[in-house]
Formats: sequence, structure tokens, C-alpha cells
Amino acid sequence: MADRIEVGFKEGIRDALGEKTQKRIIDNLALAVAKVATIEVYTIAGELSAAELQEAAAGPLSDPVIQEFSINRPLAKNFDWLIEVGFRPGVTDNVGKTAREAISILLGENTGERKIAVYTSRQYLISGKISQTDAGKIAAGLLANDLIERHQVIAAGDFDFNRGLAAFVPQVMGKDEPHVTHINLAEVDAQGLLKISQEKLLALNLEEMQAIQAYYQNPAVIKARKKVGLNETTTDVELECLAQTWSEHCKHKIFNSKIDYTDGRNKLKIDSLFKKYIKGSTAKIRKAKGKKDFCLSVFVDNAGIIKFNDDHNLVFKVETHNSPSALDPYGGALTGIVGVNRDPFGTGIGAKLIFNTDVFCFASPFYKKKLPPRILHPRRIYEGVREGVEHGGNKSGIPTVNGSLVFDKRYLGKPLVYCGTAGIMPARLNGKPTHTKEIKPGDVIIMTGGRIGKDGIHGATFSSEELHEGSPVTAVQIGDPITQKKMTDFLLVARNRGLYRAITDNGAGGLSSSVGEMATYSGGCEMDLSLAPLKYAGLQPWEILVSEAQERMSLAVDPKKVDQFMALARKMGVEATAMGKFTKSGIFHARFGEKTVAYLDMDFLHDGVPQMKLAAQWKAPKNAEPTFAEPANLNKAFIRMLSRLNICSKEAVVRQYDHEVQGGSVVKPMVGVQNDGPSDAGIVRPLLDSMEGVVVAHGICPRYSDIDAYHMTACAIDEAIRNAVAVGADLNHLAGLDNFCWCDPVQSTKTPDGEYKLAQLVRANMAIYDYTTAFGVPCISGKDSMKNDYAIGKTKISVPPTLLYSVIGKIKDVRKAVTMDAKRPQDLVYIIGETRDELGGSEWFAEHKAIGNKVPQVDVKKAIKKYRALHKAIQSGLIASCHDCSDGGLGIALIETAFAGGLGMNIDLKDVPYRGKKRNDYVLFSETASRFVVTIHPKDQGRFEKIMDGSVLNEIGFVAGNGLFQITGLNGKLIMKEKISNLKEAWQKPLNF
Amino acid sequence: MTRKVKTIVLTGNGTNCEMEMAHACKLACADQIDIVHISELLFGEKRLSDYNFLNLPGGFLDGDDLGSAKAGANRFLHARIAGSSEMLIENLLKFIADGKLILGVCNGFQLMVKLGLLPALTGNFTKQSSTLTFNDSGRFEDRWVYLKANDQSPCVFTRGIDTVYYPVRHGEGKFVPESAAILKEIEKKNLVALQYCDPTRAITMDYPANPNGSTNAIAGICNETGRLFGLMPHPEAFLHHTNHPRWTRETLPEEGQGLAIFQNAISFIRGKDF
Repeated sequence: MADRIEVGFKEGIRDALGEKTQKRIIDNLALAVAKVATIEVYTIAGELSAAELQEAAAGPLSDPVIQEFSINRPLAKNFDWLIEVGFRPGVTDNVGKTAREAISILLGENTGERKIAVYTSRQYLISGKISQTDAGKIAAGLLANDLIERHQVIAAGDFDFNRGLAAFVPQVMGKDEPHVTHINLAEVDAQGLLKISQEKLLALNLEEMQAIQAYYQNPAVIKARKKVGLNETTTDVELECLAQTWSEHCKHKIFNSKIDYTDGRNKLKIDSLFKKYIKGSTAKIRKAKGKKDFCLSVFVDNAGIIKFNDDHNLVFKVETHNSPSALDPYGGALTGIVGVNRDPFGTGIGAKLIFNTDVFCFASPFYKKKLPPRILHPRRIYEGVREGVEHGGNKSGIPTVNGSLVFDKRYLGKPLVYCGTAGIMPARLNGKPTHTKEIKPGDVIIMTGGRIGKDGIHGATFSSEELHEGSPVTAVQIGDPITQKKMTDFLLVARNRGLYRAITDNGAGGLSSSVGEMATYSGGCEMDLSLAPLKYAGLQPWEILVSEAQERMSLAVDPKKVDQFMALARKMGVEATAMGKFTKSGIFHARFGEKTVAYLDMDFLHDGVPQMKLAAQWKAPKNAEPTFAEPANLNKAFIRMLSRLNICSKEAVVRQYDHEVQGGSVVKPMVGVQNDGPSDAGIVRPLLDSMEGVVVAHGICPRYSDIDAYHMTACAIDEAIRNAVAVGADLNHLAGLDNFCWCDPVQSTKTPDGEYKLAQLVRANMAIYDYTTAFGVPCISGKDSMKNDYAIGKTKISVPPTLLYSVIGKIKDVRKAVTMDAKRPQDLVYIIGETRDELGGSEWFAEHKAIGNKVPQVDVKKAIKKYRALHKAIQSGLIASCHDCSDGGLGIALIETAFAGGLGMNIDLKDVPYRGKKRNDYVLFSETASRFVVTIHPKDQGRFEKIMDGSVLNEIGFVAGNGLFQITGLNGKLIMKEKISNLKEAWQKPLNF
Repeated sequence: MTRKVKTIVLTGNGTNCEMEMAHACKLACADQIDIVHISELLFGEKRLSDYNFLNLPGGFLDGDDLGSAKAGANRFLHARIAGSSEMLIENLLKFIADGKLILGVCNGFQLMVKLGLLPALTGNFTKQSSTLTFNDSGRFEDRWVYLKANDQSPCVFTRGIDTVYYPVRHGEGKFVPESAAILKEIEKKNLVALQYCDPTRAITMDYPANPNGSTNAIAGICNETGRLFGLMPHPEAFLHHTNHPRWTRETLPEEGQGLAIFQNAISFIRGKDF
């Protein structure tokens, strides 16, 4: 029997969570509820005595100043509807875990033997005249996610006010009966192979299944297997291990495929986009940089590594967590951020984490139409993802310094959740370089951190498919930032003491990937899956191997140091388990106890996947050109533009992320006289004794893919670089990360336009090569997510091909950094760069429901010249403010500069260097790349113009102290006059919730 | 010979501001600065009695899962030093009885309040009489706030401070006393050391200048000796002028305003009143 402790607020104490929930119900569901109160419920298994329950309730579980509690009787009163939401069995319950630990500490010795477990749930007491159906809607549509949570809805009239709800223990009722299934593939025909792949969620195609089939018929393989008690049949452990390792998610099969590409005139044979364009461009840049090459480790580890200075290296990685975030926005995004934390943490010898970045792509939170099945409302995704990243980032003590929100209706099918993390590591530690990995045969395999459960099984294979009817619930996980923080605290101490040789994270594919990849350094491994610590009984050996349960790192430890390593782990309260050893046998060998359950040649496991052969056909789309007339009233046009979701302020989200923990904040996400102007990039000082800063920025412009993904990519790269340059980064010390989120580009009946989508991918890669090499900004790591489609019934939604290009760089002295806010009245306003009528894919056209065709094109030679000159001007202290022109073009950049400074501006459009159709709205809202708005003090004008000599720029007006934004049009007449406060209000309002 | 200032910056189980807090102590010229993981105290490898200035930094002790710092306070109250009969709390109470200094920032302040170290009106340091609870906004926020110091307060950390500008970064910073009587007592004894104010230095209850709806705009309180002090805003996040959100548009001294808190503590320890 279990007991229930309920904790609620005392009379007269404000229930902020209840109020917030009430507001969400009103905002999201338009149900007028009068009041919501909340009660926390702890269901405790383990036979605590009445006195112990009392002690726990009065101690750690409640706050005596503001809360009251009850034991096995309800607190609920004065409500119309009661909704209780708790987790389903096996779902990570962080609060429950903390409560159990607290009770163990409170009760002292022997609590471990008593098997105390705590499960949390929350009651919402709703007052208001709403129907049963509405109450159900609140429960299922807002408060509970039925995938991971269970809920009860009870009317006041049906509630037992004496006894309340019965205690329910959502325990996983697994039996400890390990079983390995053997499958003989020899006689299975093509259809049968595909059926196995489908039923087991392996996401392997026929060719891949046939390669596996052939492997088990090789006489040498059979002979070797017989020695360890296996035969020509495959075990389920092996099949799952192969499926994880060969998944699109892990192996990037599309990026590594052979592609026949044609654009109608030219034909091209490409043997791996990744090798030719991504790795190829970086190799070329490094060669060109020669002695000035700052790359240390690219594409081989969990994250890329570059030099910061002689003594320190920077590590950076961006990942996506799209599919899980579609199913459970909170858990998916939380896992996304704590997951990507482990990438730099598990790179080289391990890095201390210094900042996070987040870019989310959603459909409009104000979406009003009927939702297709299994799709959550975009507002719910928005709020869930925001909160998940808040908890993941803030609780880990890592500042979130840069990010974006991007909106397009096609993200309804799958939201994109990009999470990035950078770290810093000493260049050498204990006499050895830190950016490489080394493992010796005989090193002990140790898994540390959290325990293994069924959570996250098939994450890697699931994300290699579109979201469909049978998408598995177990693929969703909930991260636990504190377990991870304890682990990383411990591992940094272990690192500095030299207690381990190599480290990597357990992410997609779980142990099969982490140990499998580490084993390539020594040439093999042998581990015993029965040793793995489990959250509960009932996991099969294959599940233990591929579970993606969070907060785990795998390490290679010198056998002489195992004792020290384990002792430190115990002391710091972190679980660590020796699982086996690394070998040079050439075999990935897994046992369960004495029995061998997997015995695979390392070569086959890692290089056996057949190369895909694909076709790509490019045909430039012809979009209708819009025919709308130039608006008579530009004031209104500006208000409309400023209110667009892609332009408006994101401050409400930004403020909920800690962007200055660790103490090195220099350029914050929001700047200006009222701390509310939008920064172009982030700068932090990772070493508090030094004035050297790390700059981080990004570019993303998916709308341009509707015209040409080549220019979309070029513009994203240029945007990232110019954002970094705008705050003061040195173009010579910038590195990039490419994160592709594509829709399925493989031609099939499901995807009849696959050849076109693949051509978009090819063209994006061509642009990566052309522009990174031209700018000298190498990709050091990246990731691709290729199946961002939704397909249920007749509805198919594919995301627009989206590339996030993130850059990390350096500013030698942060005191030279520049922010985007206008500083003083009478300062001169300049535009750097020529404006052309490139409104294809622009926000202005989108406002008129048009796409157009004239996409912005990057003139890289001119861009480099401008960026170098501007950097020199910034270094010389001549720039008062600098803001990049992106979404919404010059007009939006000018206004943001003005209101961030709390100042007005007088602008004359005749002075803007411009080529194209003469329209005021075109000059203002064209999104031509490589442009900046800068303001300078009049006394610096001469020096500034001299430094910028050779680049297109012009003085176009001045900063005004009167708080008015005024524009003189091409015809010499005043075409716009508005208070900046009104413009700012329009910009701040849309997402201020 | 002046007294050595030996600072301990406690970390572990979700604390995350230990680096910048230690840096603040360094800039304020403490003689010894040790970042100590709580397990080192619990295993008897480090002892509180070897220090005279305890820093409890911000973070999320145990994820703040049971309410901010609740599980952390529970550990402090009930954990034993391994291999001995000593309780951690006894060591802490001895530290206080010896007249040594404790500074709690954000989660560290929450920990002090939930343990009962603050305001500790009756001199009972393990009975909670106030709390820090959810912001009225219902959300975690990172924003900079103006703070006005109470020149009548016995607080040794805020001596000579008039107004300062620090960031807050919390979801549970609303100070709530157990009763009106306790609030009265706190105010009468001038234990309110810092209050939220607007840019004109007027104490305010208005959001966002008062970011959490704290009772009487209380941002930080001390005990009656002024040697224990906790505050929600982060002085250790403003040690250099480039930390200031408007440093690119205002003329500011190179040294950040947060340093004063640490300098005060350290000069007090070096002084004759310690």
C-alpha cells in the first residue's frame, strides 16, 4: 500500500502557478475559468510509518511558512473541477527522485533496503462554469500530455471529500527474465526482410537488410561465431545494434550517398556530399590558412574544436531534437539541451560548458484551423519547448546567450528545435594535448551518470523516419539536468586528476553507439550488459544496449586508475559501473552474464552499410511576382512589419533564460537604453581573468529555399558572419557549424518530389563549399536531420529546407565590442553595402502572401572587404552602434537601432545606395545581404570614411533627440513620421506572453 | 599582522555560480579561496572551521524540485559527516557562533532562509520563519534591478552602499515572512538590508522594478549581528563594467558594483570588530 501526501498553499498565499495556469486556459482555450489552485501530490511507496510520513511532510516536502499538507486525506476544496496529472509508468520523474533522496537523508540509515519510492502528480482545482467536455479539453489539451502522463477529471459533486483520490503507484511491472531472440535471415525473401525492419522499427531499407543477411552467411563469420556459442542466426541484440549504428541519424546515409545531379544543363556525379563539400571545404580553408589554421579537431569527435588562445581551446556543437519535441515539447526540448551539453563535454578529454544557443522553428502560436491527428497546437509546442530549454539550460548553470525564433506554417508538421553548446578546455592537461582521443586495449569501459530504462528506445531510428501513426512513445525522454550536473561536476574533477583516458556521451543509440564508437580507437570491445544499472527490472539485453536513457557518459579508464575513479564517483554521489573492457580483437562483443549476445566484426558494424544511390534534379521554381502597389501610408506598413512574428521582439522568451550565469556576460541578448533592443550576437568572457571574448552568432533564412536553397544557404552563412562582425568579431578567427533540417529527399511513392528536394540539398552543399571557402570560415562540425515530414492519412506537411549556420569566434578585447542601439542625438547614420531590389522570399513579400523570385545573392568579395574594414573601424573605437540588416531589411534595422537607443531618427532614402525598381517600400524592406546600419559620432566621420574607403556606404541621416522616426522618400517628400514609442510597442506586443 | 581571510565557496548538487563568486573573493583580495564540493565537507576532507567566510552561491540545489533549496536545506539539517558522529549542521552552527561571515546569493539566500539562518530573530538558526517563493509573474526571469541599501542596517556587507544595480535570475524570489509580527520585527531591527527600487531610488512594489512582488520590496536581509546576509540579486555577476547591460552607452568605472559586497565582508574580517 502506498501513502499520499498532499501539499497546498495556505489561505491567503498567492498561488502563482495556479494563476499562470488560469491565464493559459483563458489564452489558449478561450475558456473563462474564474480561478485555478494547485496541489502537489507525493505518492510514497515503501511502508513509511505514520510518524515518518509526518516528518517527511513537515520537513522537506512542504514549506511551513506558506504551505499546508495532509496525509492520506484530501486538501482539495472550493472547486468545480479537479484534474490530477501524473506520470505514466517508467517516465522520468525528477521531483519524485529528489523527494526520495530527501526522505532517505531525513530518515537516515537503511532506507535503501526499504525500497522507498516517490511518485509525483499535481492537482489543478478549477473554479468556473465549464462543462465536462471543457474540463476534459483542459486536461488533455493543455495540462497533460497523454503520451507520458495520465490524468483524472473529477467534478466536485463526484469527489470524495473525506478520502480523496486513491494512491496510485505508476511502477513499471517488469519481470527479470532476460531473453535473446535468434532470427535466421538466410531464407527470408525481400518482402520478409522489409517486414522485419518495419515491425522492429529498425528503419533499414532492403539493401541494408540484404547486407546483414549476407554477413550471416559468410562461412568465416559463422565459424568465428560458433566459437562463442552463436551460429548463423542473428540475435535481436545484434540486429538492434546494427540498426542504431546504421541509422540515418548516426550514419548520415543521405549525406554519404552517391548522387547523380542535374540542373537541366549540367550533370554531376557526387560521391558523398559530406566528403566533397563539407569536409572538402574545411580542408581547403585549413590549407589556405597554413600556419594561421586554428582548427584542432573537425568532424571526428562529438563536437568541433578550435584554438581560443595558446592555453585554451573552444569546443562547439549544435544538435536538433525535432521529432521528440513534436510528441512531447517539454521533455523533447529539455532532452535536446541537456543532450547537446554532453557533446562538447564528451569531446577530446572533455570541456567545461560555457554557453548554450537555441533556435526554434514553429508554426504560428495563433494558428486557428483544425489540427491534423497527433499534432499538438503550435502554442503548446512553443510554450513546452521554451520551458524545456529553460529548465535544461538554467538548471545546468550554462548561460543561454544567443538564439532565434523562426515562424513558418510548414513547421506545424514538425517543429525544429536546434540546441547548441560551447565549451572551453585547457589546451594541455597533465602534459598531454586535450583535443584528441586515445584508448588502449585493456582499458576498462565505465558507464556513469543515470540508470538505464526503457526511455528513449529507438530514438535514433525513430528520428530517421517521418512522424507517423506508429511513432513510438518510448522514443520520448525527459532529461534530468541535476543528475547531469552532478555527473559533470564529478567528471571535471576526474578529468583534471587524469583519472580517465577517454570520454564520450551516450546519446542516440545508447551504449551501442558510445561504446561502439569508442571501440574503434582500440579496435574492439567486450562488455557484459547484465552489469548495467537499471531503473527497474524487465529490460531485455537489446533494450539495455540501445536505450537512450539520459545523463550518461561512457569512459575508458586505465585499469590502474579504476579504483580511484570509482572512489571519487562514490564520494560525489554519482553512479559509475564497469561494464567490460576495450580490446583489439576487431570484434564488438557483448555478453549477458557469460552468454554472448552480440558478436559483430567492427568493420562490418561501422563500414558495412551499403552506400545509397540517389538522383537529384534541379529545376528553378517560377513563383508569381506580386503586383501590390507601394503603400500610401508607410506608418501602417511599418507597424505591420514590426508585428510580424519573424521580426517582433522575443524578449519574453529571452528573459526566461539565464543569459549571464558564470559571470562573463559582455553582449547580452537584449541591449539598449531600456535593455530591450535585439542584439546581433552574444559575447562572453569564459576566463574571468582575461579580456578575451568568445563571440557567437547564427544565420537562418528558410524562406529563401522557396526560390533556391543555394542562395538560402549563402545568405545564412553571410548572416551568421555579419552578425558576429557587427559586435566586433575578427573574421580571421571564426568557425562555423552547419545544421541541416530537411524534408525527406529520397524519391519514393511517399515523396514523389524527392529528386527536387535532393537537388535543393545538393545546391545547399555547393553553397556551403563556395561561401565558407571564400569567407575562410570553416565548418568544424555539424549535423543533419533529414526526415522532417509529417504524414498521416492524406495529410503531408514537409518543413521548408532549413539550414542553421552558427559561428563561434573571438574578440581579442571585449572592451572594443559594439552593440546595436543608437547612442546619442546628432550621431550620423550610415548604411554599409549596396541595396538591390532583392525582395524574393522577403518578409515584405510574405506580408503580401507572395514569394517572388529575386532572392538575395551574396557578393562575397565585396562582403569580405566590408567586414574587414568594419572590423578595423570597430577596433579603432569609431563605431557607436552597428546593426545588421536581415529580416525586414534596412527599414527594420533603422527602427530597431533608434528605439533600442530610445532616440529618434531622420533618414533620407535618396541617399541610400540602391539599384533596382524605384519604390520606397523596396528600398526599405529589401533583404539584400551583407549590409549594416551604423551610427558614428560626427567627429569620427573623416576617420571612419577613410577606413571604409573602397566599400559602398553612405550617410543617410542622423539620430534625433525628439523621439520621432522620420523618413524622406525617393521623391523628396516626408513619407513617414511616427513616434518611436508607438513603433516599439507594435514590435513588443505580439509574443509578449 | 592582519587576520587572514579564508573563504570557502560551497558547491555541488546543482550549485552553479561558484566560479564567479570565487572570482569576486579573489578580486576583493581574500587570502585564501577554496571552491569546496559539499561531499568534501561530508567526507571530512575539508572543515568549515578552517574558514572564516562562507559563500553560498546561486544555482538549483537538487533542481529546486521540492521548492527552492528545500532538499538542499534538508541535506544540511540531516546529513552526517562520514566516519564520525558529527552532523554538518552542528559545524555550521559553530561557524555562526564563532561570529564568522556567511553570504548567500539567490539559491544560497533561499537555502539560508529555509534553514532558518535568516532572519533568525530568536537566535534559533534552524527554525524557518520566512520564505522565498514563486515570483508573482509565475516565471523565472533574468533582468537587472536597482537596489537601495538601508544605512541603518547592521549588515556588514552593505556598509557604505547607497544604491546598486545587479541582475536577478530566479523564479522563486518573493520574500514572505511567516506573520505580520515577524515582518515588523525584521524591519524594526533594520534587518532589511536591500530593497528593490526604481531608477529614481524610490522603493517600489511595481513590476518589473520589483521583479517578484516581494513583501515590502525586500531583496536581501541579514541577521541581527549583520554577519549573515542573503540576497536574491547577484553581486558576483557585476564585477566588471562589461557585465553592465548598458556598458557600451554609459561611462562606468571599470570595477563593477558587485565587488563592494565582497570587499566589505573581507575588510570586516580583517578589522577589529571581527
